This record gives sequence, C-alpha cells and structure tokens, in this order.
Amino acid sequence: MIDIIQPGMLASVQDMGRYGHRRLGIHPGGALNTLALASANLLVGNPVDAAGLEITMGVAELRFTRATRIALGGDDIGATLDGKPIAACWSIPVAAGSILKLSLTAADSPEQAPRHSMRTYLAVAGGIDVPLVLGSRSTDLKAGFGGHQGRALKRGDKLPIGDAQAATAAVHGPAFGVRSPRWSGLALRADEHSQHVTLRVLPGPEFDQFSKSARDALWSATWRVTPNSNRMGYRLEGPELKRKQGRDMLSHGVVPGVIQVPPSGQPIILMGDAQTTGGYPKIGVIIGADLWKLAQAPLNATLRLEPCEMADALAAAEEQQRYLDSIRATVAALDWSRATLYKK
Amino acid sequence: MQPQLHPLGDRALLCSLPPPATLPQQQRIWALAELAGQWEEVSEVVPGMNNLTLITRRPVADLDILAQRIQTAWPKLSGERSVGRTVEIPVVYGGSAGPDLDNVARHTGLSTEEVITRHSNAEYVVYFLGFLPGFAYMGGLDASLATPRHTTPRVSIPAGSVGIGGEQTGIYPMASPGGWQLIGRTTLQLFAPSQEPPTLLRPGDRVRFTVERVAS
Repeated sequence: MIDIIQPGMLASVQDMGRYGHRRLGIHPGGALNTLALASANLLVGNPVDAAGLEITMGVAELRFTRATRIALGGDDIGATLDGKPIAACWSIPVAAGSILKLSLTAADSPEQAPRHSMRTYLAVAGGIDVPLVLGSRSTDLKAGFGGHQGRALKRGDKLPIGDAQAATAAVHGPAFGVRSPRWSGLALRADEHSQHVTLRVLPGPEFDQFSKSARDALWSATWRVTPNSNRMGYRLEGPELKRKQGRDMLSHGVVPGVIQVPPSGQPIILMGDAQTTGGYPKIGVIIGADLWKLAQAPLNATLRLEPCEMADALAAAEEQQRYLDSIRATVAALDWSRATLYKK
Repeated sequence: MQPQLHPLGDRALLCSLPPPATLPQQQRIWALAELAGQWEEVSEVVPGMNNLTLITRRPVADLDILAQRIQTAWPKLSGERSVGRTVEIPVVYGGSAGPDLDNVARHTGLSTEEVITRHSNAEYVVYFLGFLPGFAYMGGLDASLATPRHTTPRVSIPAGSVGIGGEQTGIYPMASPGGWQLIGRTTLQLFAPSQEPPTLLRPGDRVRFTVERVAS
C-alpha cells in the first residue's frame, strides 16, 4: 500500500490515458507528461502504461507500507526519501515504512525551481493497482470515474500496489539512474539559454484566417501561462489574435496540443482533460513530442511558439521513442541481484 | 462534394464538409467513421457536426496517404443505411425536475403544456457526442421551442436534466455546471463507465422523449 499523508494541491492516479471512447465524449486524460511517467515506469521494471501518481506543483507526502522500488519523473522535484534527497530518473529501492516527501517550496534556488516544476510522477514497481475502467486506470476528474474512487487523492487514502515478478527481485537491487529527458537533448536547445519554454507548432486549419499581424504575433510574442490553466487547458496571455473573418465553426473533434482562439483573442492550448469536441478556430497545434514540456510549465511561465514542419514533428517523436528504448535496454541489461550500476 | 482535409498536428486529421450540415451528409460521415475506424493506423474516429476527426496511433509519416484513402472512399459511401437505434427517454417535465419550464413557456409564448407536447412529439437524431461523456448533440428540436441559455450558468445541474440551449435540446449525463434551460429530468443513466458501451446514446441514434409525468 501507499498511504497518502499529504496529497498536495492535486494528486491523482494516471496512466497513459483512456483511448477508444472519444466518439462517446470521453477524453483520453492520463498523465499530461507521458514521457515522465513512461520513463519512471521503465526504471522500476513496469510496462510504460502502468498507473502511477501525478503530483502537482511538487508538494506531497506519502508512506510505503511495504518494500518496493520507485522512480520519479519530472524536473526540479525537491524530493526526499526518509529525509535524504533523491533525484528524478533514478530507480530506488524503498524499505517498508519509508516516507517520500516532495516539498518544492523548500527548494534551494527559488528563482530556478519554478521553471519546470508543475508536475511530478511517481512510478512504483507493479504499478498502482486500481481497477481498469474502460481500458485505463486514469482518474477522470471531471466525470468522476477511474483512478482511486474517481477523484483526486485525499489525506488518508490507501493505494494498492500491484504485484510484479520483476519487482520482487528489484526491491533488493541497487539504485541506478538515467539522464532526464531535459538533459538528453529532448528539450530544445533554445530552452537551455532562455527563461522561456519553446514549443514547436504546426499551423492549424484556420491559420490563414488570422490577420497577418496575428500570425506574426503568434511566433514573435512571449506568451504567459495564466493561473487559470489546468489539466483541461493552458490559457495564455499575450497580444490579441484577430481573425480576418468571423465565420462560426461547427463543433469538431479536437486533440491535446490544439491552440484554439476564442473571441477574446487569447489562445488556449488543449490538454489531456479537454473536451473531445470544440468549436473555436485553431491557429496551430503543438507537436506531440513537445507536449511534455508544456505539462511541466508552471503557472506564469513564459512560452515561445516556433513554427515547424511535419518532418520535424516526426523526427522529434522518433527521438523521444529512442530515449525510452535506451532506458528499456538499460533496465533489460541489469542484473537486479547485483550492483550493476548504470554508468554514463 | 469531397471532404476538405486538414492535419491537426502530427497525429490527427480533420475531414470537414462544406455547409450546410444536413442529415444525409451526416449519415455519410458516420459511414466514413465506421470504415476509417477499421484502418490499422487509425486509433479513434470522432464524428463532429458535419465533420470527422481521425486520430492516428502514432505520428503518421505521410498523412497524405491517409487523406488519399479518405478521398477514394468518400464517393462510394452511402448514408442510407441507418446506423442508429431508437431510444425512448421517459421524462418528468416541470416542477423541481424542470425549473425553467415556465421560462421557456414565457420566452416562446406557448403554454407549458404546449412546450411539453412539442418537445415530446419530435424525433431527434444524435449527430455526435461531446462536452461530457455521453452528452449527445441532437438535431430535431421544434424551432418554436428555441430559448437562449441563461446568461449566468448554474453551478451544478443534476444528472439526467433535460434542457434547451438555443436551438438544441440535450440531457446532462452527470452533475455539471451548465447554462441550459431545464425543462425536465430523466432517471435513465446516460453514462455508466462500468458498462460496454458506456453511454446510452451513440452517434446516429434516434431519440424520443416520453412524458412520464408533469410535476407542478
């Protein structure tokens, strides 16, 4: 079991999402940063789509009632295990009774810490063993089903840990780590020297219906993530994006990453919990391989949007897949019973 | 008339038809949804109003190939085959179940009895689902019943509430905030995540409201 001592602002059980039911109005949901959860899962010997915890804004405290192995995904997490600091992208054996604490507010460098700190993922060997609902263990917070009792976690909740044969051996093995996505070249080079998060964007179906100045502003402006952002969508603040023609759109299926522009002219980027259909014009779509960076962008972060082509999107997706494959290979080569540490 | 195709990022393709939206056109969209849903690279199909979004399993190296298949398939599709079932929905109209029934009567200039009669005499078609799990966007509301939404939405509307929002009628599958004019309520469960399929209504279904009772 995992005892939730303190869930923080918002913690919920999530996996890779609930697919195949969008035509019935059921959104995919799931971990917003799938790369973080997938890599954490691989590090503890789980399949990528095992259920873990999504913890928001880096505050939570929980206790493991039995020995297991954990990994955290995310950045700048300020986590401790029984008081000792631990890093993301490490696979760590955990003794029964251990307490994991995330307290980002206590991070040493406040000016640096908030940059990528929005979400942290906990993977545990065997996964969080809540029932599968419509093919997924993700919590649908809006409709109130899936996950743990269809809701965000509360103090006192007890989450069952699944059985995993690999995990039994894994408990006693060594800790080991891999490079985080951000230090594996998956974040754009532009991010390293900038206080902004850069996201690559493909033009949306209505791109050409926006005025020249709106199209220019999309690429040149610095967009602020407003506090009114959540798992449904990131609401941005910046110059007003005006459309040349005002023809109404009929409702149509939308996907995470779509940048829609309501009449206010202030764009909204749809995330995993967005409605399945929408009717606002779409000026662009964030490429799938960059969505994890948006999931990590905290409130008030600033974004730059960069035009790209389909080939860039495909190359980025392949690069991400290679990163996960390399973790898989590292874990497969491990002899869990010996101190075979990953060295780079 | 061929669909216009637009990529939605690197793993979705929106196929939309020129207006106006008609039922025969929507029927062909359902037929395309059924066909494309069987294609290997397509993971999900999402019918909208006069359009269809295809979602692919992974970034597709060449969306053009998918687009080509759609353009080839489209002229051969027939919308004639009726895909839907007929679903009867018993409704308690008025009273606490339908607190806005009087509003709708006032706005339309009809008596409450006439509002109920016109609402329950029509046959509706589920064009698509969205907004919430199991929420059906239906065509077929008698034009005389059109009533604007509340300017300030209610914080919470009970599950099963039947409402009118502008020129549409719909049923809230679960408790939710909302701005529609509530004229009644059904006890039928519109969304049950433990069942397969999990929603009472699906694209293409025909819907009839029956008067279970008029509350005062």
